[in-house]
Amino acid sequence: MRPASLPRRRPTKAAALALAVTAVAAVAAAGCAPQPGTSDAAPDAKASCAPGKLATEVPGKLTIGTDKPAYAPWFQDDDPANGKGFESAVAHAVAKKLGYGKDQVVWQTVPFNTAFAPGEKKFDFDLNQISISERRKKAVAFSSGYYDVRQAVIALKSSKAAKVTSLAGLKDVKLGAQVGSTSLDVVNDVIRPKQQAAVFQKNDFAKTALKNGQVAAIVLDLPTAFYITSAEVPEAKIVGQLENTGGAAEQFGLVLDKDSRLTSCVTGAVDALRADGTLAALEKRWLSDAADAPVLK
Amino acid sequence: MEKTVTEAEDEYVPSARRIERERHKRVRTRRATAIAALSTLVTATVLFLVVTNSPGWPRTRETFFSAEYAREALPKVIDGLWLNLRLLVVCGAAVLVLGLLLAVARTLRGPVFFPLRALAAAYTDFFRGLPLIICLLLVVFGVPALRLTGVTTDPVLLGGAALTLTYSAYVAEVFRAGIESVHPSQRAAARSLGLSSGQALRFVVLPQAVRRVVPPLLNDLVSLQKDTGLVSIAGAVDAVYAAQIIASKDFNYTPYVVAGLVFVALTIPMTRFTDWVTARMDRQRAQGGTT
Repeated sequence: MRPASLPRRRPTKAAALALAVTAVAAVAAAGCAPQPGTSDAAPDAKASCAPGKLATEVPGKLTIGTDKPAYAPWFQDDDPANGKGFESAVAHAVAKKLGYGKDQVVWQTVPFNTAFAPGEKKFDFDLNQISISERRKKAVAFSSGYYDVRQAVIALKSSKAAKVTSLAGLKDVKLGAQVGSTSLDVVNDVIRPKQQAAVFQKNDFAKTALKNGQVAAIVLDLPTAFYITSAEVPEAKIVGQLENTGGAAEQFGLVLDKDSRLTSCVTGAVDALRADGTLAALEKRWLSDAADAPVLK
Repeated sequence: MEKTVTEAEDEYVPSARRIERERHKRVRTRRATAIAALSTLVTATVLFLVVTNSPGWPRTRETFFSAEYAREALPKVIDGLWLNLRLLVVCGAAVLVLGLLLAVARTLRGPVFFPLRALAAAYTDFFRGLPLIICLLLVVFGVPALRLTGVTTDPVLLGGAALTLTYSAYVAEVFRAGIESVHPSQRAAARSLGLSSGQALRFVVLPQAVRRVVPPLLNDLVSLQKDTGLVSIAGAVDAVYAAQIIASKDFNYTPYVVAGLVFVALTIPMTRFTDWVTARMDRQRAQGGTT
């Protein structure tokens, strides 16, 4: 029997082929990787905020992200582009300050969970009742706050939870809140209920659970609480609002990419809108006056 | 051959050709090992370099692999995992029993059983087709909305019921495939031995059928293990949801990675268990068990 000498070279060929394939794949991968600062507009440390001339995602347009559905009273009719509802109005006011008219604003659907994903953003800024926090600032950039948030508790009028008058009274109540909301932090850090709170993907599920009696009360921001109790679940009422604990007031901010060159311009626009009274006027127009909800202490 | 060698006067001397052949084999083996090692090393290095040299790597590392968040998330993820495990054990048992009953109902012969067969078929068709998330929503929020007295509103119990409904439909089909794979001669032989039709099913058909479908059954159980987390739609906090709560609070994805690894760590013992069960059954069969 002759030793098989003919096929001897095969493994080398196969190996060479495998290595070649890997190398090609590596080169392709490297080629696909985005190289920041090469194809984009010339990096300019002091980004000019010249009206309508910002280094936006799509040149000449301002792309604004928000989740879908877009809820009242922040938006109306699930159509962010119509300028109705508080956040839609704020977004368009900011756009106008930056020099972009209503027809130069493009709206993008950005699910909450992807708004803070690393990698290139598909929006110039995103607004979706996102609270500013130090830890979140490690992942994204925020404009200055455009709204001071307060949290509120709602419960069915007929329930025992509706008669609670103090913070301590809420400890025995089965509470619910939306995931990723500061309402949930308030439940866990301020109220500290005896039963673990139910956590919902959307306030819609929380509302259903409230109607079903699966939770006795839900915690959400005050304007949403007003909207739900007046329009969506009239059999529920606001039990009370919660005072801001800890030093700084909780604020909603516009979310930008961590390295966005627009942050200072957008912050400037928000500050100008606050200074000239536009934000206060929009708040008055689109959000119910919250003064009459009792404060739970 | 051996005998002649030991009894031979002179020692066995391998022929030059044989020595050459063995040497050649050793060289080939060594070279194959070296090539495999080198190729693995090159692939790993290239992957590592591509990932770590990508422009976004520092931020990706911070967002997905942050030690600080991993430490913060792990205890909460483990707390949540307790819910997944309880659901897996209870629903897994219920699914196996219900699935087997449905499969048997579907394979019963005789015109008198037609309604039972039709019902079982309708059940499997419906719940296998209905997306699990919709089944969960309907059961978890729909049942309490009926306001029936004495019916629980606990999302975990209701969610477990929904999981059982959907998964028992899948498992019933797996069992049915097993039952139908048993050759009809087996049943005929059992009947001719004097076993009743129920006894033939119990002692002859089912043992063979179940043995054949163990791997796909465990596959379904692993799948169930991961889907137990969907119960969180009604507010209960499982391992994945515990991760999501932290992730969306602080905008960091590390908790998801932690939860993912915990589930993988849970699946690996289950897979090894499947292999062990299958191997044991194969051994039993090889020793002359029923086939």
